[in-house]
Amino acid sequence: MQETVEKNDLLIAGETGDWEVIIGMEVHAQVTSNAKLFSGASTGFGAAPNSHVSLVDAAMPGMLPVINSECVAQAVRTGLGLKAQINLTSIFDRKNYFYPDLPQGYQISQYQQPIVGEGEVIVDLLDGTRVVVGIERLHLEQDAGKSLHDQHPKKSFVDLNRSGVALMEIVSKPDIRSSEQAKAYVSKLRTILRYLGTCDGNMEEGSLRADVNVSVRRPGDPLGTRAEIKNVNSIRFIGQAIEYEARRQIELLEEGGEVVQETRLFDAKTGETRSMRSKEEAHDYRYFPDPDLLPLELTQDWVDSLKSDLCELPDEKRERFIRDFGLSPYDASVLVAEKERADYFEAVADGRDGKLAVNWVNNELFGRLNKEGLGITDSPVSADQLGKLIDLIADDTISGKIAKDVFDILWTEGGDPAEIVETRGMKQVTDTGAIEAAVDEVIAANPDKVEQAKEKPQMIGWFVGQVMKATQGKASPQAVNALLKDKLGVEE
Amino acid sequence: MSVDRATVHRIAKLARIAITEEEAARLEGELSGILDWVAQLDEIDTADVPPMTRVADMKMKMREDVVTDGDCADDIVANAPEADDDYFVVPKIVE
Repeated sequence: MQETVEKNDLLIAGETGDWEVIIGMEVHAQVTSNAKLFSGASTGFGAAPNSHVSLVDAAMPGMLPVINSECVAQAVRTGLGLKAQINLTSIFDRKNYFYPDLPQGYQISQYQQPIVGEGEVIVDLLDGTRVVVGIERLHLEQDAGKSLHDQHPKKSFVDLNRSGVALMEIVSKPDIRSSEQAKAYVSKLRTILRYLGTCDGNMEEGSLRADVNVSVRRPGDPLGTRAEIKNVNSIRFIGQAIEYEARRQIELLEEGGEVVQETRLFDAKTGETRSMRSKEEAHDYRYFPDPDLLPLELTQDWVDSLKSDLCELPDEKRERFIRDFGLSPYDASVLVAEKERADYFEAVADGRDGKLAVNWVNNELFGRLNKEGLGITDSPVSADQLGKLIDLIADDTISGKIAKDVFDILWTEGGDPAEIVETRGMKQVTDTGAIEAAVDEVIAANPDKVEQAKEKPQMIGWFVGQVMKATQGKASPQAVNALLKDKLGVEE
Repeated sequence: MSVDRATVHRIAKLARIAITEEEAARLEGELSGILDWVAQLDEIDTADVPPMTRVADMKMKMREDVVTDGDCADDIVANAPEADDDYFVVPKIVE
Protein backbone atom coordinates (compact mmCIF):
# COMPACT_ATOMS: atom_id res chain seq x y z
CA MET A 1 0.00 0.00 0.00
CA GLN A 2 1.49 3.30 -1.09
CA GLU A 3 0.52 6.23 1.04
CA THR A 4 1.24 9.81 0.22
CA VAL A 5 3.39 11.86 2.49
CA GLU A 6 2.03 15.38 2.86
CA LYS A 7 3.84 18.46 1.68
CA ASN A 8 4.99 20.27 4.75
CA ASP A 9 3.89 23.89 4.51
CA LEU A 10 2.22 24.85 7.76
CA LEU A 11 2.03 28.57 8.50
CA ILE A 12 1.05 30.60 11.50
CA ALA A 13 -0.53 34.00 11.29
CA GLY A 14 1.14 37.03 12.83
CA GLU A 15 -0.04 40.64 13.02
CA THR A 16 1.61 41.51 9.72
CA GLY A 17 1.17 38.29 7.76
CA ASP A 18 2.02 34.62 7.79
CA TRP A 19 5.15 33.07 9.28
CA GLU A 20 6.74 29.69 8.87
CA VAL A 21 8.28 28.02 11.92
CA ILE A 22 11.42 25.99 11.27
CA ILE A 23 12.39 23.41 13.85
CA GLY A 24 15.37 21.09 14.08
CA MET A 25 16.07 18.78 17.00
CA GLU A 26 19.04 17.24 18.71
CA VAL A 27 17.86 14.28 20.74
CA HIS A 28 20.20 12.75 23.31
CA ALA A 29 19.29 9.12 23.80
CA GLN A 30 21.00 7.05 26.47
CA VAL A 31 22.32 3.82 24.95
CA THR A 32 20.97 0.67 26.57
CA SER A 33 24.06 -1.20 27.80
CA ASN A 34 25.34 -2.79 30.99
CA ALA A 35 28.61 -0.88 31.17
CA LYS A 36 29.66 2.65 30.19
CA LEU A 37 30.99 3.76 26.81
CA PHE A 38 34.68 3.72 27.76
CA SER A 39 34.80 2.00 31.16
CA GLY A 40 33.57 -1.11 32.95
CA ALA A 41 31.39 0.76 35.47
CA SER A 42 27.65 0.07 35.57
CA THR A 43 25.04 2.25 33.85
CA GLY A 44 22.29 1.32 36.37
CA PHE A 45 19.97 4.18 37.37
CA GLY A 46 19.41 5.37 40.93
CA ALA A 47 22.52 3.93 42.62
CA ALA A 48 24.26 5.46 45.66
CA PRO A 49 26.37 8.55 44.79
CA ASN A 50 29.61 7.83 42.94
CA SER A 51 29.15 4.05 43.32
CA HIS A 52 28.93 3.49 39.55
CA VAL A 53 32.17 5.27 38.86
CA SER A 54 35.53 3.86 37.84
CA LEU A 55 38.81 5.72 37.94
CA VAL A 56 38.37 6.26 34.17
CA ASP A 57 35.01 8.02 34.65
CA ALA A 58 36.47 10.19 37.39
CA ALA A 59 39.31 11.16 34.98
CA MET A 60 42.10 10.13 37.31
CA PRO A 61 45.53 10.76 35.75
CA GLY A 62 46.80 7.98 33.49
CA MET A 63 43.44 6.33 32.92
CA LEU A 64 42.72 5.33 29.33
CA PRO A 65 39.34 4.82 27.63
CA VAL A 66 38.54 1.44 26.03
CA ILE A 67 35.36 1.40 23.98
CA ASN A 68 32.40 -0.88 24.78
CA SER A 69 31.65 -2.87 21.60
CA GLU A 70 27.95 -3.23 22.49
CA CYS A 71 27.52 0.58 22.59
CA VAL A 72 28.96 0.70 19.07
CA ALA A 73 26.57 -2.06 17.97
CA GLN A 74 23.62 -0.17 19.51
CA ALA A 75 24.54 2.98 17.58
CA VAL A 76 24.77 0.99 14.35
CA ARG A 77 21.41 -0.72 15.00
CA THR A 78 19.85 2.69 15.60
CA GLY A 79 21.38 4.00 12.38
CA LEU A 80 19.95 1.04 10.49
CA GLY A 81 16.55 1.66 12.11
CA LEU A 82 16.69 5.25 10.86
CA LYS A 83 17.47 3.96 7.32
CA ALA A 84 20.72 5.85 7.62
CA GLN A 85 24.17 5.56 6.16
CA ILE A 86 26.59 3.69 8.45
CA ASN A 87 30.11 5.11 8.35
CA LEU A 88 32.65 2.27 8.53
CA THR A 89 35.27 4.69 9.81
CA SER A 90 34.46 7.30 12.43
CA ILE A 91 36.55 9.42 14.76
CA PHE A 92 36.27 10.36 18.44
CA ASP A 93 37.06 13.95 19.30
CA ARG A 94 37.45 15.91 22.49
CA LYS A 95 34.91 18.66 23.06
CA ASN A 96 36.52 20.96 25.60
CA TYR A 97 34.66 22.85 28.29
CA PHE A 98 34.77 23.26 32.05
CA TYR A 99 31.97 22.26 34.35
CA PRO A 100 32.11 20.49 37.72
CA ASP A 101 30.15 17.47 36.43
CA LEU A 102 32.70 16.91 33.64
CA PRO A 103 35.84 15.67 35.39
CA GLN A 104 37.92 15.21 32.21
CA GLY A 105 37.51 18.86 31.22
CA TYR A 106 36.31 17.54 27.87
CA GLN A 107 33.58 15.28 26.60
CA ILE A 108 34.59 12.46 24.25
CA SER A 109 32.25 12.95 21.29
CA GLN A 110 32.31 12.70 17.51
CA TYR A 111 32.57 15.85 15.46
CA GLN A 112 33.34 15.75 11.75
CA GLN A 113 33.19 11.99 11.22
CA PRO A 114 30.22 10.53 13.12
CA ILE A 115 29.36 6.82 13.12
CA VAL A 116 26.01 7.37 11.37
CA GLY A 117 25.17 9.75 8.52
CA GLU A 118 21.94 10.79 6.82
CA GLY A 119 18.67 8.94 7.35
CA GLU A 120 14.98 9.63 7.86
CA VAL A 121 12.02 9.21 10.19
CA ILE A 122 8.45 8.97 8.93
CA VAL A 123 6.30 10.86 11.42
CA ASP A 124 2.65 9.93 11.96
CA LEU A 125 0.43 12.91 12.84
CA LEU A 126 -2.83 12.85 14.76
CA ASP A 127 -4.96 13.58 11.69
CA GLY A 128 -3.52 10.52 9.94
CA THR A 129 -1.12 12.39 7.63
CA ARG A 130 2.58 11.55 7.58
CA VAL A 131 5.63 13.73 7.08
CA VAL A 132 9.24 12.75 6.55
CA VAL A 133 11.86 14.30 8.84
CA GLY A 134 15.43 13.94 7.60
CA ILE A 135 18.18 12.78 9.96
CA GLU A 136 21.43 14.69 9.58
CA ARG A 137 23.63 12.41 11.68
CA LEU A 138 23.93 10.28 14.78
CA HIS A 139 27.08 10.23 16.89
CA LEU A 140 28.28 8.53 20.07
CA GLU A 141 29.40 10.56 23.07
CA GLN A 142 29.79 10.46 26.83
CA ASP A 143 27.16 11.71 29.22
CA ALA A 144 28.22 14.09 32.01
CA GLY A 145 27.66 13.65 35.74
CA LYS A 146 24.84 15.20 37.69
CA SER A 147 24.89 18.30 39.91
CA LEU A 148 22.48 18.79 42.78
CA HIS A 149 21.89 22.38 43.80
CA ASP A 150 19.37 22.02 46.59
CA GLN A 151 21.48 20.28 49.21
CA HIS A 152 23.34 23.29 50.56
CA PRO A 153 22.91 27.10 50.35
CA LYS A 154 26.41 27.79 49.02
CA LYS A 155 27.51 24.47 47.54
CA SER A 156 26.60 22.12 44.73
CA PHE A 157 26.89 18.34 45.10
CA VAL A 158 28.29 16.32 42.21
CA ASP A 159 27.53 12.66 41.49
CA LEU A 160 29.46 11.08 38.61
CA ASN A 161 27.34 7.92 38.24
CA ARG A 162 26.09 9.12 34.86
CA SER A 163 29.51 10.35 33.80
CA GLY A 164 30.73 8.29 30.86
CA VAL A 165 27.42 6.56 30.10
CA ALA A 166 27.01 6.25 26.31
CA LEU A 167 24.68 8.67 24.57
CA MET A 168 23.55 8.79 20.97
CA GLU A 169 23.02 12.35 19.79
CA ILE A 170 20.51 12.17 16.96
CA VAL A 171 20.39 15.36 14.92
CA SER A 172 17.43 16.05 12.64
CA LYS A 173 17.40 18.27 9.60
CA PRO A 174 15.35 21.48 9.99
CA ASP A 175 12.33 19.71 8.48
CA ILE A 176 9.86 20.15 11.33
CA ARG A 177 7.20 22.86 10.95
CA SER A 178 5.03 22.84 14.09
CA SER A 179 4.99 21.88 17.74
CA GLU A 180 2.66 19.00 16.89
CA GLN A 181 5.13 17.64 14.35
CA ALA A 182 7.98 18.06 16.82
CA LYS A 183 6.12 16.07 19.45
CA ALA A 184 5.18 13.40 16.93
CA TYR A 185 8.79 13.23 15.74
CA VAL A 186 10.12 12.58 19.23
CA SER A 187 7.35 10.04 19.88
CA LYS A 188 8.19 8.19 16.69
CA LEU A 189 11.91 8.30 17.37
CA ARG A 190 11.27 6.92 20.84
CA THR A 191 9.10 4.14 19.39
CA ILE A 192 11.86 3.18 16.95
CA LEU A 193 14.51 3.19 19.72
CA ARG A 194 12.31 1.02 21.91
CA TYR A 195 11.64 -1.46 19.12
CA LEU A 196 15.37 -1.69 18.49
CA GLY A 197 16.11 -2.00 22.21
CA THR A 198 18.85 0.60 21.87
CA CYS A 199 17.38 3.15 24.34
CA ASP A 200 14.60 2.67 26.88
CA GLY A 201 13.16 6.10 26.00
CA ASN A 202 12.40 6.87 29.63
CA MET A 203 12.16 10.68 29.73
CA GLU A 204 11.50 10.84 33.48
CA GLU A 205 14.88 9.24 34.17
CA GLY A 206 16.56 11.43 31.55
CA SER A 207 17.21 8.60 29.07
CA LEU A 208 15.83 10.81 26.31
CA ARG A 209 16.32 14.59 26.26
CA ALA A 210 15.90 17.07 23.46
CA ASP A 211 17.54 20.33 22.43
CA VAL A 212 15.15 22.21 20.17
CA ASN A 213 16.29 24.72 17.54
CA VAL A 214 13.56 27.17 16.60
CA SER A 215 13.55 29.95 14.01
CA VAL A 216 10.83 31.71 12.02
CA ARG A 217 10.74 33.19 8.53
CA ARG A 218 8.40 34.59 5.93
CA PRO A 219 7.38 31.82 3.52
CA GLY A 220 10.00 31.56 0.78
CA ASP A 221 12.64 33.57 2.68
CA PRO A 222 16.03 32.12 3.71
CA LEU A 223 16.31 30.61 7.20
CA GLY A 224 16.02 33.06 10.09
CA THR A 225 18.29 33.26 13.14
CA ARG A 226 17.61 30.39 15.51
CA ALA A 227 17.47 30.03 19.24
CA GLU A 228 18.39 26.73 20.86
CA ILE A 229 16.23 25.55 23.75
CA LYS A 230 18.33 23.19 25.87
CA ASN A 231 17.42 19.97 27.62
CA VAL A 232 13.65 19.78 27.33
CA ASN A 233 12.72 16.55 29.06
CA SER A 234 9.13 15.74 28.19
CA ILE A 235 7.17 15.57 24.98
CA ARG A 236 4.55 17.97 26.33
CA PHE A 237 7.21 20.50 27.30
CA ILE A 238 8.76 20.26 23.83
CA GLY A 239 5.40 21.37 22.40
CA GLN A 240 5.00 24.19 24.92
CA ALA A 241 8.56 25.43 24.47
CA ILE A 242 8.14 25.64 20.69
CA GLU A 243 4.76 27.39 20.89
CA TYR A 244 6.18 29.99 23.25
CA GLU A 245 9.46 30.48 21.41
CA ALA A 246 7.86 30.82 17.95
CA ARG A 247 5.40 33.43 19.26
CA ARG A 248 8.20 35.29 21.02
CA GLN A 249 10.29 35.47 17.84
CA ILE A 250 7.35 36.50 15.64
CA GLU A 251 6.37 39.29 18.05
CA LEU A 252 9.97 40.43 18.27
CA LEU A 253 10.38 40.57 14.49
CA GLU A 254 7.02 42.23 13.90
CA GLU A 255 7.97 44.98 16.34
CA GLY A 256 11.11 45.60 14.28
CA GLY A 257 13.45 43.71 16.58
CA GLU A 258 15.96 40.98 15.79
CA VAL A 259 16.32 37.41 17.03
CA VAL A 260 19.63 36.79 18.77
CA GLN A 261 21.34 33.45 18.26
CA GLU A 262 21.52 32.10 21.80
CA THR A 263 20.87 29.22 24.15
CA ARG A 264 17.59 29.37 26.05
CA LEU A 265 16.10 27.40 28.88
CA PHE A 266 12.49 26.23 29.10
CA ASP A 267 10.84 26.93 32.44
CA ALA A 268 8.16 24.28 32.98
CA LYS A 269 6.50 26.36 35.73
CA THR A 270 5.80 29.41 33.56
CA GLY A 271 5.75 27.69 30.15
CA GLU A 272 8.26 30.31 28.93
CA THR A 273 11.79 30.19 27.56
CA ARG A 274 14.49 32.49 28.87
CA SER A 275 18.03 33.36 27.90
CA MET A 276 20.88 31.36 29.45
CA ARG A 277 23.49 34.09 29.50
CA SER A 278 26.05 32.08 31.44
CA LYS A 279 26.71 29.81 28.44
CA GLU A 280 27.12 32.61 25.91
CA GLU A 281 30.88 32.65 25.62
CA ALA A 282 31.36 28.94 26.20
CA HIS A 283 30.82 28.06 22.57
CA ASP A 284 34.47 27.64 21.67
CA TYR A 285 34.80 23.90 22.23
CA ARG A 286 38.18 23.56 20.48
CA TYR A 287 37.41 20.09 19.14
CA PHE A 288 40.37 17.89 18.23
CA PRO A 289 40.76 14.13 17.64
CA ASP A 290 41.15 12.28 20.94
CA PRO A 291 44.75 11.00 20.98
CA ASP A 292 43.74 8.19 23.37
CA LEU A 293 41.46 6.60 20.78
CA LEU A 294 42.19 5.12 17.38
CA PRO A 295 39.63 5.59 14.60
CA LEU A 296 36.57 3.39 15.07
CA GLU A 297 36.62 0.96 12.15
CA LEU A 298 33.75 -1.39 11.36
CA THR A 299 33.47 -4.08 8.71
CA GLN A 300 30.55 -4.25 6.31
CA ASP A 301 30.08 -7.92 7.30
CA TRP A 302 29.58 -6.95 10.92
CA VAL A 303 27.11 -4.20 9.99
CA ASP A 304 25.26 -6.67 7.75
CA SER A 305 25.03 -9.23 10.55
CA LEU A 306 23.53 -6.59 12.86
CA LYS A 307 21.10 -5.67 10.10
CA SER A 308 19.95 -9.25 9.59
CA ASP A 309 19.22 -9.53 13.33
CA LEU A 310 17.05 -6.39 13.48
CA CYS A 311 13.44 -6.86 14.54
CA GLU A 312 10.53 -5.71 12.40
CA LEU A 313 10.33 -1.93 12.75
CA PRO A 314 7.14 0.07 13.40
CA ASP A 315 6.68 1.29 9.81
CA GLU A 316 7.05 -2.21 8.39
CA LYS A 317 4.77 -3.67 11.02
CA ARG A 318 2.20 -0.98 10.24
CA GLU A 319 2.31 -1.81 6.52
CA ARG A 320 1.94 -5.51 7.28
CA PHE A 321 -1.01 -4.95 9.61
CA ILE A 322 -2.77 -2.89 6.93
CA ARG A 323 -2.02 -5.49 4.27
CA ASP A 324 -2.55 -8.75 6.16
CA PHE A 325 -5.30 -7.82 8.61
CA GLY A 326 -7.13 -5.21 6.55
CA LEU A 327 -6.66 -2.52 9.22
CA SER A 328 -7.11 1.19 8.59
CA PRO A 329 -3.83 3.17 8.60
CA TYR A 330 -5.00 4.94 11.76
CA ASP A 331 -5.72 1.73 13.67
CA ALA A 332 -2.42 0.26 12.52
CA SER A 333 -0.52 3.36 13.68
CA VAL A 334 -2.16 3.22 17.11
CA LEU A 335 -1.15 -0.43 17.50
CA VAL A 336 2.47 -0.17 16.39
CA ALA A 337 3.21 2.94 18.50
CA GLU A 338 4.07 0.49 21.27
CA LYS A 339 5.62 -2.86 20.47
CA GLU A 340 3.81 -4.62 23.31
CA ARG A 341 0.47 -3.41 21.97
CA ALA A 342 1.30 -4.66 18.50
CA ASP A 343 2.36 -8.04 19.90
CA TYR A 344 -0.84 -8.26 21.94
CA PHE A 345 -2.97 -7.44 18.91
CA GLU A 346 -1.16 -9.98 16.80
CA ALA A 347 -1.76 -12.71 19.38
CA VAL A 348 -5.47 -11.81 19.44
CA ALA A 349 -5.81 -11.53 15.66
CA ASP A 350 -3.93 -14.75 14.91
CA GLY A 351 -6.31 -16.90 12.86
CA ARG A 352 -9.20 -14.51 13.47
CA ASP A 353 -10.89 -11.55 11.79
CA GLY A 354 -8.41 -8.65 11.98
CA LYS A 355 -11.02 -5.90 12.00
CA LEU A 356 -13.00 -7.49 14.81
CA ALA A 357 -9.76 -8.02 16.72
CA VAL A 358 -8.60 -4.40 16.28
CA ASN A 359 -11.96 -3.07 17.44
CA TRP A 360 -11.70 -5.02 20.64
CA VAL A 361 -8.04 -4.25 21.24
CA ASN A 362 -8.04 -0.54 20.27
CA ASN A 363 -11.46 0.40 21.62
CA GLU A 364 -12.59 -1.89 24.41
CA LEU A 365 -9.25 -2.97 25.83
CA PHE A 366 -7.18 0.24 25.38
CA GLY A 367 -10.20 2.31 26.44
CA ARG A 368 -10.47 0.39 29.67
CA LEU A 369 -6.71 0.34 30.26
CA ASN A 370 -6.51 4.11 29.75
CA LYS A 371 -9.42 4.69 32.07
CA GLU A 372 -7.73 2.73 34.82
CA GLY A 373 -4.26 4.11 34.10
CA LEU A 374 -2.79 0.74 33.17
CA GLY A 375 -0.28 -0.22 30.48
CA ILE A 376 -0.80 -3.08 28.06
CA THR A 377 1.54 -5.32 30.03
CA ASP A 378 -0.68 -4.86 33.12
CA SER A 379 -3.83 -5.92 31.27
CA PRO A 380 -5.94 -8.23 33.44
CA VAL A 381 -7.37 -9.75 30.25
CA SER A 382 -4.83 -11.81 28.32
CA ALA A 383 -4.59 -11.92 24.53
CA ASP A 384 -5.64 -15.57 24.74
CA GLN A 385 -8.81 -14.73 26.69
CA LEU A 386 -9.72 -11.86 24.38
CA GLY A 387 -9.13 -14.07 21.35
CA LYS A 388 -11.46 -16.75 22.70
CA LEU A 389 -14.09 -14.10 23.44
CA ILE A 390 -13.88 -12.92 19.83
CA ASP A 391 -14.31 -16.52 18.66
CA LEU A 392 -17.63 -16.63 20.54
CA ILE A 393 -18.80 -13.49 18.72
CA ALA A 394 -17.58 -14.78 15.38
CA ASP A 395 -19.48 -18.07 15.64
CA ASP A 396 -22.65 -16.31 16.88
CA THR A 397 -22.54 -17.92 20.33
CA ILE A 398 -22.93 -14.45 21.84
CA SER A 399 -23.86 -11.02 20.51
CA GLY A 400 -21.44 -8.10 20.55
CA LYS A 401 -23.44 -6.54 23.36
CA ILE A 402 -23.24 -9.62 25.58
CA ALA A 403 -19.55 -9.87 24.70
CA LYS A 404 -19.00 -6.57 26.50
CA ASP A 405 -20.54 -8.08 29.63
CA VAL A 406 -18.30 -11.13 29.29
CA PHE A 407 -15.31 -8.81 28.81
CA ASP A 408 -16.25 -7.06 32.03
CA ILE A 409 -16.32 -10.39 33.87
CA LEU A 410 -12.96 -11.35 32.38
CA TRP A 411 -11.55 -8.01 33.54
CA THR A 412 -12.78 -8.26 37.12
CA GLU A 413 -12.94 -11.99 37.79
CA GLY A 414 -10.94 -13.68 35.02
CA GLY A 415 -11.84 -17.11 33.69
CA ASP A 416 -12.49 -18.84 30.40
CA PRO A 417 -14.89 -16.96 28.09
CA ALA A 418 -16.71 -20.09 26.85
CA GLU A 419 -17.19 -21.35 30.38
CA ILE A 420 -18.47 -17.97 31.60
CA VAL A 421 -21.00 -17.82 28.78
CA GLU A 422 -22.09 -21.41 29.43
CA THR A 423 -22.41 -21.30 33.21
CA ARG A 424 -24.07 -17.87 33.32
CA GLY A 425 -26.55 -18.60 30.53
CA MET A 426 -25.32 -15.78 28.32
CA LYS A 427 -25.57 -17.68 25.06
CA GLN A 428 -27.30 -15.94 22.24
CA VAL A 429 -30.79 -17.27 21.57
CA THR A 430 -30.90 -18.34 17.95
CA ASP A 431 -33.97 -20.53 18.44
CA THR A 432 -36.43 -18.62 16.27
CA GLY A 433 -39.39 -20.02 18.20
CA ALA A 434 -38.32 -18.32 21.41
CA ILE A 435 -37.40 -15.08 19.63
CA GLU A 436 -40.68 -15.09 17.71
CA ALA A 437 -42.60 -15.41 20.96
CA ALA A 438 -40.81 -12.36 22.33
CA VAL A 439 -41.39 -10.42 19.13
CA ASP A 440 -45.10 -11.27 19.14
CA GLU A 441 -45.38 -10.19 22.73
CA VAL A 442 -43.83 -6.79 22.06
CA ILE A 443 -46.01 -6.23 18.98
CA ALA A 444 -49.17 -7.23 20.85
CA ALA A 445 -48.38 -4.88 23.73
CA ASN A 446 -47.76 -1.84 21.52
CA PRO A 447 -50.43 -1.52 18.83
CA ASP A 448 -49.90 2.26 18.54
CA LYS A 449 -46.22 1.86 17.83
CA VAL A 450 -47.03 -0.79 15.23
CA GLU A 451 -49.18 1.77 13.39
CA GLN A 452 -46.39 4.36 13.56
CA ALA A 453 -43.87 1.88 12.21
CA LYS A 454 -45.89 1.54 9.02
CA GLU A 455 -45.31 5.28 8.36
CA LYS A 456 -41.83 5.45 9.81
CA PRO A 457 -39.75 2.34 9.06
CA GLN A 458 -36.94 3.54 11.33
CA MET A 459 -39.26 2.82 14.27
CA ILE A 460 -38.06 -0.75 13.90
CA GLY A 461 -35.04 0.17 15.99
CA TRP A 462 -37.30 0.78 18.96
CA PHE A 463 -38.85 -2.68 18.54
CA VAL A 464 -35.43 -4.33 18.33
CA GLY A 465 -34.53 -2.64 21.60
CA GLN A 466 -37.68 -3.89 23.30
CA VAL A 467 -37.17 -7.47 22.14
CA MET A 468 -33.52 -7.43 23.24
CA LYS A 469 -34.62 -6.16 26.62
CA ALA A 470 -37.22 -8.91 26.91
CA THR A 471 -34.58 -11.54 26.13
CA GLN A 472 -31.90 -10.00 28.39
CA GLY A 473 -29.85 -9.17 25.31
CA LYS A 474 -29.43 -12.78 24.37
CA ALA A 475 -31.50 -12.81 21.19
CA SER A 476 -29.57 -12.74 17.94
CA PRO A 477 -30.00 -9.18 16.65
CA GLN A 478 -30.06 -10.41 13.05
CA ALA A 479 -32.89 -12.85 13.80
CA VAL A 480 -34.86 -10.19 15.68
CA ASN A 481 -34.48 -7.77 12.81
CA ALA A 482 -35.60 -10.26 10.21
CA LEU A 483 -38.64 -11.34 12.21
CA LEU A 484 -39.70 -7.76 12.96
CA LYS A 485 -39.44 -6.67 9.34
CA ASP A 486 -41.53 -9.58 8.35
CA LYS A 487 -44.21 -9.10 10.99
CA LEU A 488 -44.44 -5.31 10.76
CA GLY A 489 -44.42 -5.41 7.01
CA VAL A 490 -41.52 -2.96 6.85
CA GLU A 491 -39.28 -3.02 3.79
CA GLU A 492 -35.59 -2.27 3.91
CA MET B 1 50.94 33.75 11.94
CA SER B 2 50.95 35.83 15.05
CA VAL B 3 48.94 35.86 18.23
CA ASP B 4 47.82 39.17 19.72
CA ARG B 5 47.39 39.99 23.38
CA ALA B 6 43.61 39.62 23.33
CA THR B 7 43.91 36.11 21.89
CA VAL B 8 46.37 35.14 24.62
CA HIS B 9 43.89 36.24 27.27
CA ARG B 10 41.07 34.45 25.53
CA ILE B 11 43.02 31.17 25.32
CA ALA B 12 44.01 31.50 28.96
CA LYS B 13 40.41 32.06 29.94
CA LEU B 14 39.16 29.06 27.94
CA ALA B 15 41.86 26.94 29.60
CA ARG B 16 40.99 28.38 33.03
CA ILE B 17 44.55 29.53 33.61
CA ALA B 18 45.09 32.85 35.39
CA ILE B 19 47.91 34.88 33.86
CA THR B 20 49.38 38.26 34.67
CA GLU B 21 49.87 41.02 32.10
CA GLU B 22 53.65 40.35 32.10
CA GLU B 23 53.06 36.67 31.43
CA ALA B 24 50.62 37.57 28.65
CA ALA B 25 53.28 39.73 27.01
CA ARG B 26 55.80 36.88 27.13
CA LEU B 27 53.24 34.30 25.92
CA GLU B 28 52.26 36.53 23.01
CA GLY B 29 55.78 36.14 21.66
CA GLU B 30 56.13 32.46 22.57
CA LEU B 31 52.80 31.37 21.12
CA SER B 32 53.43 33.32 17.93
CA GLY B 33 56.83 31.68 17.63
CA ILE B 34 55.37 28.19 18.10
CA LEU B 35 52.60 28.79 15.58
CA ASP B 36 55.03 30.23 13.02
CA TRP B 37 57.28 27.21 13.47
CA VAL B 38 54.39 24.75 13.01
CA ALA B 39 53.12 26.80 10.07
CA GLN B 40 56.19 25.70 8.10
CA LEU B 41 54.34 22.40 7.63
CA ASP B 42 51.87 24.27 5.43
CA GLU B 43 54.60 24.47 2.80
CA ILE B 44 54.15 20.76 2.12
CA ASP B 45 51.28 19.76 -0.16
CA THR B 46 49.32 17.12 1.78
CA ALA B 47 46.17 17.22 -0.34
CA ASP B 48 46.40 13.51 -1.18
CA VAL B 49 47.83 12.29 2.12
CA PRO B 50 45.37 10.83 4.63
CA PRO B 51 45.83 12.09 8.20
CA MET B 52 48.12 9.85 10.25
CA THR B 53 46.13 8.24 13.03
CA ARG B 54 48.62 5.60 14.27
CA VAL B 55 52.33 4.87 14.21
CA ALA B 56 51.98 1.07 14.24
CA ASP B 57 49.49 -1.10 12.40
CA MET B 58 46.95 -1.52 15.16
CA LYS B 59 43.20 -1.52 15.54
CA MET B 60 41.11 0.07 18.24
CA LYS B 61 40.75 -2.25 21.21
CA MET B 62 37.23 -2.99 22.36
CA ARG B 63 35.74 -4.28 25.59
CA GLU B 64 32.78 -6.57 26.16
CA ASP B 65 29.64 -5.05 27.66
CA VAL B 66 30.30 -6.39 31.14
CA VAL B 67 30.39 -4.49 34.44
CA THR B 68 33.90 -4.95 35.81
CA ASP B 69 34.46 -1.75 37.75
CA GLY B 70 32.88 0.69 40.18
CA ASP B 71 31.69 0.33 43.81
CA CYS B 72 34.67 2.32 45.01
CA ALA B 73 33.09 5.67 45.93
CA ASP B 74 35.60 6.12 48.80
CA ASP B 75 38.49 5.96 46.34
CA ILE B 76 36.70 8.24 43.88
CA VAL B 77 36.20 11.09 46.36
CA ALA B 78 39.40 10.40 48.36
CA ASN B 79 41.29 13.34 46.85
CA ALA B 80 38.36 15.73 46.64
CA PRO B 81 38.97 19.04 48.44
CA GLU B 82 35.48 18.61 49.88
CA ALA B 83 33.12 15.64 49.94
CA ASP B 84 29.91 14.82 51.74
CA ASP B 85 28.14 11.48 51.80
CA ASP B 86 30.26 10.34 48.81
CA TYR B 87 29.30 13.39 46.75
CA PHE B 88 31.91 15.85 45.48
CA VAL B 89 31.11 19.24 46.98
CA VAL B 90 31.90 22.33 44.89
CA PRO B 91 31.08 26.04 45.06
CA LYS B 92 27.48 26.61 44.02
CA ILE B 93 26.90 26.50 40.27
CA VAL B 94 23.46 27.64 39.18
CA GLU B 95 22.15 28.57 35.76
